[in-house]
Amino acid sequence: MNIIQFLYNAITIAEMEARKIRHDTTELWTRLVQPALWLLIFGETFNAMRAMSTGSFSYIQFITPGILAQSVLFIAIFYGITVVWERDVGIITKLLSTPASHVSIVLGKSLAASIRGIFQAMMIFVLALILEVHIRLDPIDIAGVFAVTILFAMCFSSLSMLLASFMKTRDRMMGIGQALTMPLFFASNAIYPISAMPVWLQYISKCNPLSYVVDAMRSMLLSGSYENLPLDILILIASTVVFVSLASVTIKRLLE
Amino acid sequence: MIKIRNLTKKYESLAVVDNINLEIEKGEIFGLLGPNGAGKTTVIHMLATLLKPTSGTAIVNGYDIITEPGKVRSSIGIVFQAPSSDDMLTGYENLKIHAFLYSVPSYEREKRIQSVLELVGLADRQNDEVKKYSGGMRRRLEIARGLLHKPKVMFLDEPTLGLDPSSREMMWEYIQKLVKEEDMTFILTTHYMEEADHLCNRIGIIDQGKIIALDTPANLKKIIGGDIVKIKPKSYPNLENLKKLIYIRKIELINGEIIMYVDNARTNMPDILLHLEAEYVEFRSPDLNDVFLKLASKNLKESVEGGFMERYAQYGK
Repeated sequence: MNIIQFLYNAITIAEMEARKIRHDTTELWTRLVQPALWLLIFGETFNAMRAMSTGSFSYIQFITPGILAQSVLFIAIFYGITVVWERDVGIITKLLSTPASHVSIVLGKSLAASIRGIFQAMMIFVLALILEVHIRLDPIDIAGVFAVTILFAMCFSSLSMLLASFMKTRDRMMGIGQALTMPLFFASNAIYPISAMPVWLQYISKCNPLSYVVDAMRSMLLSGSYENLPLDILILIASTVVFVSLASVTIKRLLE
Repeated sequence: MIKIRNLTKKYESLAVVDNINLEIEKGEIFGLLGPNGAGKTTVIHMLATLLKPTSGTAIVNGYDIITEPGKVRSSIGIVFQAPSSDDMLTGYENLKIHAFLYSVPSYEREKRIQSVLELVGLADRQNDEVKKYSGGMRRRLEIARGLLHKPKVMFLDEPTLGLDPSSREMMWEYIQKLVKEEDMTFILTTHYMEEADHLCNRIGIIDQGKIIALDTPANLKKIIGGDIVKIKPKSYPNLENLKKLIYIRKIELINGEIIMYVDNARTNMPDILLHLEAEYVEFRSPDLNDVFLKLASKNLKESVEGGFMERYAQYGK
């Protein structure tokens, strides 16, 4: 299989998802409720209390990139449920019976999660503007945030597919998704700075890919200082490559 | 076209497919029959490289399913037991995605999509979402999808399940037309015996993972031995007299009815009736149902469903 056909297949699978979203956009809108609540209630309240020392930025500025990352994380980590459901209705079986390679199928599916992630990111930008949160609106930075969103959704949706290959049922995936999101979220710098954590949690937080994503987004949306950015993106790319490769090997287990 | 060699699939120690050997020629319509859970779908999934055999292999269209799965997948079409089209998308979109994934060249894509839609009679509904299709239309879309890349071999897993009689006959016509015009080879599973009889050149009956019979429908029916005659006698009959008649191959008394397997029942019936007084008489030629029940029924009682029904009957008491 040559590389062009490979990418073509991945994009076809992602495009299939985009078409589905276009046929029914309800899911996208309902997914907005949670981040809106975080920003409006949690963000505004803590902002008013000034309880957290977040350097030169207001608290609501501080958590906007964190909430963006969190809401994309939710989409990605539960993507395995979609895949299990698609297995149940025969779509995955059908895809696996085509000549498309398994890597291209996993890649296409993870890109599909990214499409949802991009929409989510756009909506949070809109929310931030409505709430008059001061974020940098430099086009290159915004493009960078979207690029990180795409990679991030790919990374965690392929992790989710990897888990789904072993869990095999929607109920188990629901459970494992719940069990993963909160620890990932709280053990990251999404809603408070790492320096505010107890020392043991700081170590965990440094192994958490979400911290690097939030850090990258924060540097582009708030500070404009990029010294950590190469490391953040490198870690994100490396995790994505690892999870996509592992999931391509295991995805066939879904059928057994 | 297909050579199956010692194909085996085990889950833990249970062999779902047990050392199957089989050759299917180009242009054949081969029927795989068997009770639920016999291993039919497992065989098809292994041939389509969706499942890895525990041991053994098969050559499909010249490619080995173990070492060249990609080439096997390119050269086959498969229609699954459960409909697998994406019902959020339109029929047309489903086919278009399929054309991309099978690398149907772009200059032919539209033409082929329209021609398969035409073939299965869905051209006028192509822009409706699949969730608005009836069961029969979904099945037809599946067939269209399977044909789109002009496969040499087509696997159909219960292609007419849930279709009404006229849609079913239409499906049979498509299949026969494709064999004639496109020189395709079909392997299908079915629970409808008249479908297998009507459509298949050859039939393999599979039970508990083993092929227990393999022949043309006509030859399989010979296993039964003669026409089946059922007579309700007016008084208790003297079976000894009947047993002397040479054209009666076998005779049984079941629930007060005499069941006989008779050569040429049509001409011998008057003679039989000279030997006993009958309340009513039925006779018919054997069909594949008889063959299936005769061959598979020994094991059927022990299969999951049989066991369940027996337990259920016990429970009722």
